[in-house]
Amino acid sequence: MQPIEFIQRNVTLLDGGMGTLLQAAGLAPGEAPERWNLTHPQEIVNVHLAYYNAGSNIVNTNTFGANLLRFSSEELEKIVCAAIKNARAAASQSKNSAPKFVALDIGPTGKMLEPLGTLPFEEAVAVFARTVRLGVKYGADLIVIETMTDLYETKAALLAAKENSDLPVIVSNAYTENGRLLTGACPEAVIATLEGLGADAIGVNCSLGPAALLPVIETYLTHASVPVLFKPNAGLPTEKNGKTVYDVTAADFAKTMRIAVEKGVRLAGGCCGTTPEYIAALCEQTADLAPAPTEKKNFTVAASYTRTATFGKKPLLIGERINPTGKKRLQQALRENDMQYVLNEAAEQESLGADLLDVNVGLPELDEAALLPRVIKELQEVTDLPLQIDSANPAALENAMRLYNGKPMVNSVNGKKESMNAVFPLVKKYGGVTVALTLDENGIPDTAEGRLAIATRIIKEAETYGIDKKDIVIDPLCMAVSSDPAAAVTVLECLRRIRMELGCHTVLGLSNVSFGLPNRDALNGTFFALAAAAGLSGAIINPRSTDLMKAYYAFCALNGLDENFISYIEHAPALASNTTPSPADPAKATEPAAGSALQRAIETGMKANAAALTEAMLAHTDPLLIIEKEIVPALDTVGIGYEKQKLYLPQLLMSAEAAGAAFEKIKAHGVSGGEKTQPKGKIVIATVKGDIHDIGKNIVKLLLENYGYKVIDLGKDVSPEAVCEAVLASGAPLVGLSALMTTTVPAMRDTIALLKEKAPACKVIVGGAVLTADYAKEIGADYYGRDAMATVRIAEELRG
Amino acid sequence: MTGPFLRTYLPDTLNEKEILRYAGSKEKSLPPEATECLKALPDGTAGRVVFALYPITETPNGLDLGFTVTDSVNLKKNLRGCSHIALFAATAGVGFDRQVRKFERLSPARALWYQAIGAAYAEAVCDAFCAELRAEYGEIRPRFSPGYGDLPLSMQRDIFTALQPEKHIGVTLGENLFMTPSKSVTAIAGILQV
Repeated sequence: MQPIEFIQRNVTLLDGGMGTLLQAAGLAPGEAPERWNLTHPQEIVNVHLAYYNAGSNIVNTNTFGANLLRFSSEELEKIVCAAIKNARAAASQSKNSAPKFVALDIGPTGKMLEPLGTLPFEEAVAVFARTVRLGVKYGADLIVIETMTDLYETKAALLAAKENSDLPVIVSNAYTENGRLLTGACPEAVIATLEGLGADAIGVNCSLGPAALLPVIETYLTHASVPVLFKPNAGLPTEKNGKTVYDVTAADFAKTMRIAVEKGVRLAGGCCGTTPEYIAALCEQTADLAPAPTEKKNFTVAASYTRTATFGKKPLLIGERINPTGKKRLQQALRENDMQYVLNEAAEQESLGADLLDVNVGLPELDEAALLPRVIKELQEVTDLPLQIDSANPAALENAMRLYNGKPMVNSVNGKKESMNAVFPLVKKYGGVTVALTLDENGIPDTAEGRLAIATRIIKEAETYGIDKKDIVIDPLCMAVSSDPAAAVTVLECLRRIRMELGCHTVLGLSNVSFGLPNRDALNGTFFALAAAAGLSGAIINPRSTDLMKAYYAFCALNGLDENFISYIEHAPALASNTTPSPADPAKATEPAAGSALQRAIETGMKANAAALTEAMLAHTDPLLIIEKEIVPALDTVGIGYEKQKLYLPQLLMSAEAAGAAFEKIKAHGVSGGEKTQPKGKIVIATVKGDIHDIGKNIVKLLLENYGYKVIDLGKDVSPEAVCEAVLASGAPLVGLSALMTTTVPAMRDTIALLKEKAPACKVIVGGAVLTADYAKEIGADYYGRDAMATVRIAEELRG
Repeated sequence: MTGPFLRTYLPDTLNEKEILRYAGSKEKSLPPEATECLKALPDGTAGRVVFALYPITETPNGLDLGFTVTDSVNLKKNLRGCSHIALFAATAGVGFDRQVRKFERLSPARALWYQAIGAAYAEAVCDAFCAELRAEYGEIRPRFSPGYGDLPLSMQRDIFTALQPEKHIGVTLGENLFMTPSKSVTAIAGILQV
């Protein structure tokens, strides 16, 4: 029988712990257990054999850490080959008549993936891929990815397994006592992501005893549409008479596991601290239990690396601001590679109440296939809202979906054959909730019937790829009422019928409806309320629109979706007027005293005030004058205060942020007014190779940018060659190098030496905790920057 | 050797002076911005510790710590009179790294405060753990970490082999011997008598 059939028809028994048994057999602390496949094959066979004899149907090979980060390619192949052979030998020696399978065991790499750590996602995929291919080559029956503590690494492993084998893949994660993975993912987000990627069974192992993990298992059972695995520890390790023992006995373990199997767990075994005795007890306890049916669940869920957004009664708000169509400032930001602006848009939408963010960076002159994944990666550093990847370019979609941490929304597919052929294979492979537009080769039908017919066709086509209806949300496309007075009425009918007749969730880009009419927000807000009442489950909107947000909070309050009116009351003050309230009254800023008010706002670090005052001044003052007469003098005042130790670093930074907010207004003005402020000059900055401390460098960058310099920031742990390359490519006349540790000063010296050789005209300024003026001279630097302000002064001096 | 064992701590107060010091501020109390950050700790923040106990012995090659042998003079001095050590790794978790990375992009002042609060949090976790050790075993020596004095940073590799913090508390070791999450500590605490 194939393993997948067995799993689908039975309660499958797994094995128990390996480490403790090997230590008892003589494995030394610190010795790699995987090598024992080669050096002590009999001991390994004995452990597997004991588990098969106790009743295990699947044993995991002794390959938890068998990967390219720990072993050479040659040794890895020998280990995996021997490990599978050992498990096979045990299976054939066992007299137990139960069906027996050998699973290639894959554990975490032990390295943290980017962005938190240093291992790039694709490198992780490649590391896992090598182990998977060896498992296939040497005849494993299935693959078990287990004890994963990070969702992103789990995705890398599962993707590698799916791309390099046709074997069934079981994925199991380790949860902490707060019911989340160590890197923060909740079970619902893990389940959505792994099912989207095509795991054949999913579950929970290690970390705690069976009773402590029951709540997590219950979440799995209510949300998962595939069989659920449970392989907990024998409780927690404690000390007893100078020995480490686990605190749950085999009998108690088996009793709790019986409860879990009764609730619906389909693959049961043990992890750390469990032995063949535990598995035998488990086998006995569950022998009379029939397998609970694995039912398909109908949750429409998008997920980030920590949380989910679930479609349901309460409409989800999808922020539309990150889409360059019709937004000149965003277009400029994307062209200039100004991530800061994009990230601020994300943070603002989140603070205004968006549940998800749409991300579209399509501009004709940009390489969308490269830019979209980069923007997605950056966005996932500032927000943990699930993202809606929005592109008409299949290569851009694929690159972004692959790199995305979680289960994305995908915007969009439509009824055209070409569109479905391009999008559905990606959704099948990477997982996602897809927005389906009701248009096809013949355009958008005028009637609700016509649009429902296209929706039905899209759903059917998705099914042929194995994509379930729950992962399709229909957008019945709202046209402008100004050109078609029936547009809104038709869409409202579509919304009702899609929900009732097709059983699908819906999403709409709302603002189209008001195109061509004045006071669009009023129409959009009312249309939102009508659409939500007709069953709209997700609205793509601008969370800055007060009319719309008012309609949203009012709708939720009136429909019993806002318990005790908490959200409504919380947002009532901010939404009382028709304009987004600004922290300061900009009208006052038009008074002649505005100049000094802006200076004060910057000096005291009042970000919002500085922005509002600048905006008001721009109405009648030359932007350059504002910079020269207001912002720079204010920064100077703060800088002097800092140098005299009247102000400290946090205040300096807050002032710099306030100045940044003022600059942002000037930039936005430049876009609409057609003028641009020219940067003063270019500076390359980096933390040197081997050093990962970049706080100081980042502060220097911020201040230099405030003073009008174009800063090329190479990041941390940067090689001398990379610094040189950037200097040569940009022609920057000045380089700033930072190092915090004594051990990395040699790297700084090497970088300077290389620079002096390849770009002798370029001046080098160095800074960082371990440096002194003398030390700087000794390693060949031109200048020593005692702190961030000193660095600015030197740059200003050099400019003359 | 006994262990590794796991403990979780939720320090309810952090040392404000330490936070100010880590942030490079000489003010007397936390400014409003810092207080806001302190109130908005990352979701699910918890201090996690994995530790093991080892008997220690002097050998001709140096001090045998049970998981490795060292010739560090400074550590030897620190451990004089101790029969055992608690080897531990502690972390404030990835939440602080995420907040720092987020606010480096959105508000560098906040990034600085989260750096400082995360460092103070990790210290508070170590203090809480060491206080428990003291309650369980009596007098212990001030904790000593790789990189202090003549104790080489390279001992990190031995500590990671012994404790497997990757698996237990989600702390990983990079090629450059720095830990992720960055608000993590490895240390040895000498115990006079177990």
